[in-house]
Formats: sequence, C-alpha cells, structure tokens
Amino acid sequence: MSARRLLIFGGIALIAGGMLFGDIFAVFVLHQNGGRTGEALLAATRAVAAQDSSGVKEAFARIGGLLEDHGTKLDAHAHMIGAGYLALLLSLLQPYVAFSFRSRKILAQLFVAGGLLLPLGIFLIHYIGLAYSPFPVIGWASVLADSAGVLLIAVLVGEACGLWRYFRGARADGAEPVLPPDNGWESRMLLAGGTVLILLGFLYGAWYAGLDLYEHEAREKTILSAMLKAAGSGGYAAQAVADYGGLQAEKAVDIAAHSHVIEFGLLAILLSFIQPFVFLGSYWKRFWVKLLLAGSIILPVFVLLEIRLGLIAGGIADIGGFMVLIALMGMLAGVLRYSGALDAQEGNAR
Amino acid sequence: MSAARKLLIFGGLALAAFGMLYGLHYALFIEHQTLDRMGGSLATAFVDAAERNLPAARLAIDQYTQTKYDYVRQVDAHSHWIGLAMLMIVFGAVLERLAFTERTRFVIAVALALGSFSFPGAVLLQSFTHGNPLSSALAVAGSALVIGAMAAAVVGFTRQRS
Repeated sequence: MSARRLLIFGGIALIAGGMLFGDIFAVFVLHQNGGRTGEALLAATRAVAAQDSSGVKEAFARIGGLLEDHGTKLDAHAHMIGAGYLALLLSLLQPYVAFSFRSRKILAQLFVAGGLLLPLGIFLIHYIGLAYSPFPVIGWASVLADSAGVLLIAVLVGEACGLWRYFRGARADGAEPVLPPDNGWESRMLLAGGTVLILLGFLYGAWYAGLDLYEHEAREKTILSAMLKAAGSGGYAAQAVADYGGLQAEKAVDIAAHSHVIEFGLLAILLSFIQPFVFLGSYWKRFWVKLLLAGSIILPVFVLLEIRLGLIAGGIADIGGFMVLIALMGMLAGVLRYSGALDAQEGNAR
Repeated sequence: MSAARKLLIFGGLALAAFGMLYGLHYALFIEHQTLDRMGGSLATAFVDAAERNLPAARLAIDQYTQTKYDYVRQVDAHSHWIGLAMLMIVFGAVLERLAFTERTRFVIAVALALGSFSFPGAVLLQSFTHGNPLSSALAVAGSALVIGAMAAAVVGFTRQRS
C-alpha cells in the first residue's frame, strides 16, 4: 500500500474513530459528568455554610477529578480527529514529497501511529494519574501523549523536508501520481459546502468573541462571588450553583457549535479531494455527500438550541454527528473498493 | 507551482509545526501548573469563605479569574494556530480552482496567511497584556483577514464552472 493510500485509510479511520468516541462521550459521559460536577459544587457550598474547611477540600478534590475526566475525553476526541485531518492533508501532498517509496511509507506509518497514540495517551491520563511517575505533576500517560506529539511533529518536519527537496528539483523514483483533476458534482459540492461551513463557523466565532466571551468571563466572577457570599453567611447557595451550571452549559454549546461547524467544513473540503478514490456509483457518491453536509449543519445548529430545547435538541445533534459518521464510513467503503488503478498504472502497487 | 500556493502550503506546514511545538511546550511546562493554580485558587476561595474570611475569598476569586483568562487564551492560541494551518494547506491545494486572476489569488493567500499567523498570536498576547486594547485590536484585525479570505474563497468557488 502506498503512503498516500495509507494516509487516506488512516486519516478517515482516525476521524471516524474520533467522531464515534465523541458521540459516545456526548451520550454517556458529558451530561452525567456535568451533573456530578454540579452536585460536588453544591456540596462545597454546603461545607462553606457549615464552616467545614475539610469538607470544602474533599468536594474540590472530587470536582478536580471530574473536570480532568471531562477534559481528557474532550481532548482525546479533538486530537484524534485533528490527527486524522492532518493525515488526509499529508495524503494530498504525497506526489510532491521527494523521498523514496519506502521512506514515504515509513513516514506515513509513523504519522498514523502517532495519531493513534496521542489521543490514547490523553485518554489514559485520568486513569493512570501519577502512578509510578518520577515526575511531580506529569504521569506516564502524559509522557506517552507528549512522545506521540513529538513523533507527529518529527513526521511533519520530515514531510516538509521532502517537499523542500521536490521544489529544489529532486524527484523520487516511484513518486505518487498527481491526482487527476476532479471537478465533478460531488467534489464541487463538498468544496463549496465546506467553505461556506467554515465561513459560518468563523462568523459565529467572531460573534461569540465579540459579544459573549467577555460577558461570560465577567458573569462567572459575579456568580462565584455571589455563591461565596451566600454560603459564607451560612445561607443556601443553590441558585448561584444552578446559575454557574447554566453558564458553563452556555459556554460549552457556543464553543462546540463554533468548533464543530468549522471542523465539518474542513472535513468536507478534504473529502472533496479524495472523491476520485471513492469507487461507488454516482447515486451513492451523491447520497453520502448530501448526508455529510446535512449532518454538518444539523449538529452545530441543534447543539446551539440545546440551551432552549434541552435534551431533545441534544439528541438531534447526536443524530447529526451520527449522519456525518455514517457518510464518512460510506465514503471509506468506496475508498476500500478503489481498484488501486492509479498506483498500479505508475507501478507503485505493493 | 504559483507563489500563492507555495506561501499557503509551506506557511501552513510551518504554522502547524509551530502550533504543535507550542502545544508540546505548553503541555510540558505550563498547563499542569496553570490548572493546579486555577483549581487551587478556587478551592482556596471556598476554604477562606468557610473560615469566614470573605476579603481573602474575593482575592482568591480574582486570582482564579485571571488565571482562567490566561488559560483560555493559551489553549485557544494552540488550537487556532493548528486549525488555521490546516486551512492554509487545504486552500493551497485548491487555490487554482478559485475563479479569480492570479493576482487576486495571491492577495487572498496573503490575507489568509497573515490572519492565520497573527490572530492566534494576538489572542496569546492578550494573556500577557490584560486589558490592553492593542492586542484585542490585533486579534480583531487578524480574524477579519481570515474571514475576508474565506468570504472571497466562497465567491471564487461559486463562480467556477464544472
């Protein structure tokens, strides 16, 4: 298998794996984790009201663990998908990487391995903690994640060197053939749809940064001060805790909508390049494109509506994510059916 | 390969590597300590309140919000640098499909590259210059460049013929 096909398979598999993990996280962990964090914060305010300092510390140890659990799962999801995107990007650059077939393939294998180990390491941080670690704050899982990060950087530098060699005039034996120009309906739809999605995401991000970010930061301080004032005078701070939970939810949906719409836009553009590799009939190729673009809009829109409509919107958003995942798997099936003719024509098939 | 394409592809690769190096440096030397400080100051605020020392609690809350302000921007800079780098590489690959003259494509590439480097940089700068309008203005200008380039790309793709 050539480096390009390895990066396409690996990239789509990493993206699909990351999305599946994200869907599982959203359904089984996210809301439950948020609920338990709220309970722990309420317990902390009760301990403040009861002048119980050790109770406060216990509650915060619990909150720290819950936030770490939440944060590492979110990071594992984002980094797995990010590595998948980069793998697809590198697949596009392969015709211009002036290294031997074997060197390109080793670089591709290392990149896919790094893309798998980085999120795995991040995921394990919460479970392994500082067990047997010689470092004061960094555990073995972090070491694994950081090493995988170094591996990814090294591969990127290697690919950049290959590109540099190409532009200096070097040519490798058995270079990957340049992809045939594809200006078909599927490719154009994914390209235009993806660009529009990214633009929408940027505009929403600018709106969020301009109007909501600073207001959220100020409101967080106000709510925490009110919470401590109520609990510190021996009162009940349940309302402030509920407000705090509401604020965190508002922030989470704003950021999730912004990041997901851009990520899906980028994915659509990347998938437009690999359409020549999707060996399916026109009907199915168009079907997967429509499903992917529909899911890419449904998820961020209904994530935003979650604050107003509650869990129903959350469920529809999850369905949107699932639509993107299914479309991705459909295209992957098409890539798997791909005859390898492009590689075979150039004598690169192994 | 056109100059615009080279700028986007090599600039994107350089920016991705830089964003990753920054992320690695941040994860190794800053993130754990920042999270500890953030969690510690919030816990301290509650302990101070339990001990009925509300002025100290307020100071700890101030420290928490300042640390969180920095943390949010440091993480945002990392993720935006890498995200925008990927976008630069992608647009480097499809630049020829934009139905514009070579000169217009070059202007779009320069705007995207400048915005991609400067916007996350300005966001990071905000964590060193709290409340300074210059860093906010730089962030706004950087994001406007990226949004302008994307809007131009949408027009360019819409104008292309099959």
